[in-house]
Amino acid sequence: MNQTRITTEGLTNARPGREAPPGSGRPTGSADRERRRGSRRRRPAEAFRSYYGLPVLNPPVWEAREIAGYFFLGGLAGASSVVAAIAQRTGQRSVVAPAKVAAAGAVTLSLAALVKDLGRPTRALNMLRVLKPTSPMSVGTWVLSCYAPAAIGAAGSELTGLLPAVGATATGVAAALGPAVASYTAVLISDTAVPAWHDARREMPAVFVSSAASAAAGVGLLACRDSDAIPLRRLAIGSAAAEIVAEQVMERRLDPAVAKAYHEPKPEKLLRASRTLSAFGAAVALLAGHHRVGRRVAGTALIAASALTRFGIFHAGMASARDPEATIGPQRARLAS
Amino acid sequence: MPAGHGVEAATQDPAGISGWLDHPPRMGFFTDTSVCIGCKACEVACKEWNQVPEDGLNLTGMSFDNTAGLGADTWRHVAFIERAETDSDAGFRWLMSSDVCKHCTEAACLDVCPTGAIFRTEFGTVVVQEDVCNGCGYCVPACPYGVLDKREGDGRIFKCTLCYDRLSDGQEPACAKACPTDSIQFGPLDELRERAQGKLDQLVEAGHPGAQLYGADPGDGVGGAGAFFLLLDEPEVYGLPPDPVVTTRHLGEMWRSAGLAAAALGAGIIGAFVGSRR
Repeated sequence: MNQTRITTEGLTNARPGREAPPGSGRPTGSADRERRRGSRRRRPAEAFRSYYGLPVLNPPVWEAREIAGYFFLGGLAGASSVVAAIAQRTGQRSVVAPAKVAAAGAVTLSLAALVKDLGRPTRALNMLRVLKPTSPMSVGTWVLSCYAPAAIGAAGSELTGLLPAVGATATGVAAALGPAVASYTAVLISDTAVPAWHDARREMPAVFVSSAASAAAGVGLLACRDSDAIPLRRLAIGSAAAEIVAEQVMERRLDPAVAKAYHEPKPEKLLRASRTLSAFGAAVALLAGHHRVGRRVAGTALIAASALTRFGIFHAGMASARDPEATIGPQRARLAS
Repeated sequence: MPAGHGVEAATQDPAGISGWLDHPPRMGFFTDTSVCIGCKACEVACKEWNQVPEDGLNLTGMSFDNTAGLGADTWRHVAFIERAETDSDAGFRWLMSSDVCKHCTEAACLDVCPTGAIFRTEFGTVVVQEDVCNGCGYCVPACPYGVLDKREGDGRIFKCTLCYDRLSDGQEPACAKACPTDSIQFGPLDELRERAQGKLDQLVEAGHPGAQLYGADPGDGVGGAGAFFLLLDEPEVYGLPPDPVVTTRHLGEMWRSAGLAAAALGAGIIGAFVGSRR
C-alpha cells in the first residue's frame, strides 16, 4: 500500500521508486538483513554458467546444401580457372577445356545456390547497391560479379573457338580472380561471432584454398591425357596433404570448448570421411596416377573430400553457435586472464 | 578500412561518423534489472506498437520465461532466472531482466550487411530497412548477442528499431513507455550512463557484490552499447556474452591470412606445373 503523505513540506514517507535497492521492501528487521549480508559468501567458482543452457548466439540461417555447397563449388571454380590458365601456358592441352568448363559450370551453380538461399531471392540485385569493404559478403559479391562472366566467357570461347582474343582476356581475368574467389569465403565465415569459425580465422583460408586446389586437381585428373598427368598428380598430392594438415592445425589451435564443435557427430563424420578420401586420393594419384582408371578414382576421391571438408566445417559452425559454452567459455577465460 | 575498426570507429559519436552532420544526441536504453518485476509489459508494448507477429505459443518448461530469447519476432525478452540460494529466506532468488538489441557503437550486423539495409540512424541507433533487406542472413551469426534473426515465412531479418518511428516524433520507445517500474529507462546515452553509475554505487554500498554495469563501457569489445544494463549477477547467467568483441575488429587480420592463402594457391598451382613444359 502506498504510505506516501502529501504535506506542505512536500512528500514524506515516499517510496524510492526506481531508486529502490533490491531487498529493501522485505518485511524483516534491518539487523537480520545485516547479518545475512555479512554471511553472504561468494558463489563457489563454477566451471560454466549459462541461461538454462540456451545458446547465446542465433545460429546462421543458411542452408548447408546451398552455402557449404557454394564454398565447395566456388573453390573448385576459382582454382580450376588458375589451373586452366597455367595449363594453357605450359601446354597441357587436355586439361584446359575441362578446367574452364568446370569453372564456368561451378560458378553458374554457385550463383544459383546463392540466390536461392536468400530470404528474398527477387532482391538478389540489392547486393550490388553498395560496395562495403567491411562486409566480406559485399566484397565477395563484387569479385564474383567480375569473375563469373570471365569464367563463363573463357569456357564459351574455348568450346566454340569464337572470339579467341576475348577468350584469352577472360581466361586471364578468371585466373587472376580465381584465388580471391577460392579464399574470400573463408573470411566470410570467419567474420562472424560463431566461435568454431571466428576463432579459426588464421587457418581457415589455408584450409579453404587447399581444399579448392584439391578439387581442381581432381577435375584435372578426371580429364587429362596420360602425357599431361604429371603436374596434376603433383598438385593433387600437395593439395590433399595441405588440406589434411591445415584442417588438423586449425582444430588443434582452438580452445577445447570451441574445438569440441568439430567433434560433434555430424562434423566429425564428415571431416573424418574427408581426411580418409584425401589421403586415399593422394595415394592413388601417387601410385596409380599413370593409369587412366587410377586418375579417375583419385580425382573423384579428391573432389568428394573437398566437398566434405566444407560441409564438415559448416556443420561444426552450426554446432558451436548452438553451444553456449563455446561462446561463454573462451570469453570468461579472457576476462580471467 | 583500418584494422581494429568497423565502419564505426571507436568513437562515441556513431551518428556523426556515419555522416549525419546535424544530429540529435545519441539516444539509448538503460535497463536497470534490479527493479524489473518480470511483468513483460515491455514485450507486449513492443509487439503492439511494432506489429511484431506472434513468436510461438509455447511453454519452455524451464521457468516463467516462455519467450526464451530475442529473434525476428521478439525484440524485447524478459529473462527469469530462478536460482537456489541457501542464504535467502525463500531458499531461492529471482533475477529478471528485459533484454533488447544493444545498438552497439561498433555494430557487427551493420558492418557485414552487404546491401546497406542496416544503417545508423541520426540517434546513433542501428536499424534494418525492411524495404532493402534481401534476407542474406549474414547479420544473424555476426551479432555476438544473438539479437537478429530471419522471420519465417517472410525471409527478411528483423530486430529492435529502438522505435525509430516514435523517436522521430519526439516519443520514447514503446517498451520504456510501458515499463511500470522504470526498469527500462530511455534518454540521451551520456545521461543514462551517469545515472546508471549512481545506481550501481548505491547497490554496491547496500551490499550487492554481484551488481555490475553491462555494456556501459566505451572501452569494451563493441565500443560500448547504446542499450546497456545493470545486472545483479554475471552476464552469462542472463544469457549475455561476458566479453563480446565485434567480429570486424579482426577483419584486417582475416584478409591478410586470406591474401597469403590466395598467393599460396597461385604459387602452388604454378609450382606443380613448372618444369613440365614440353
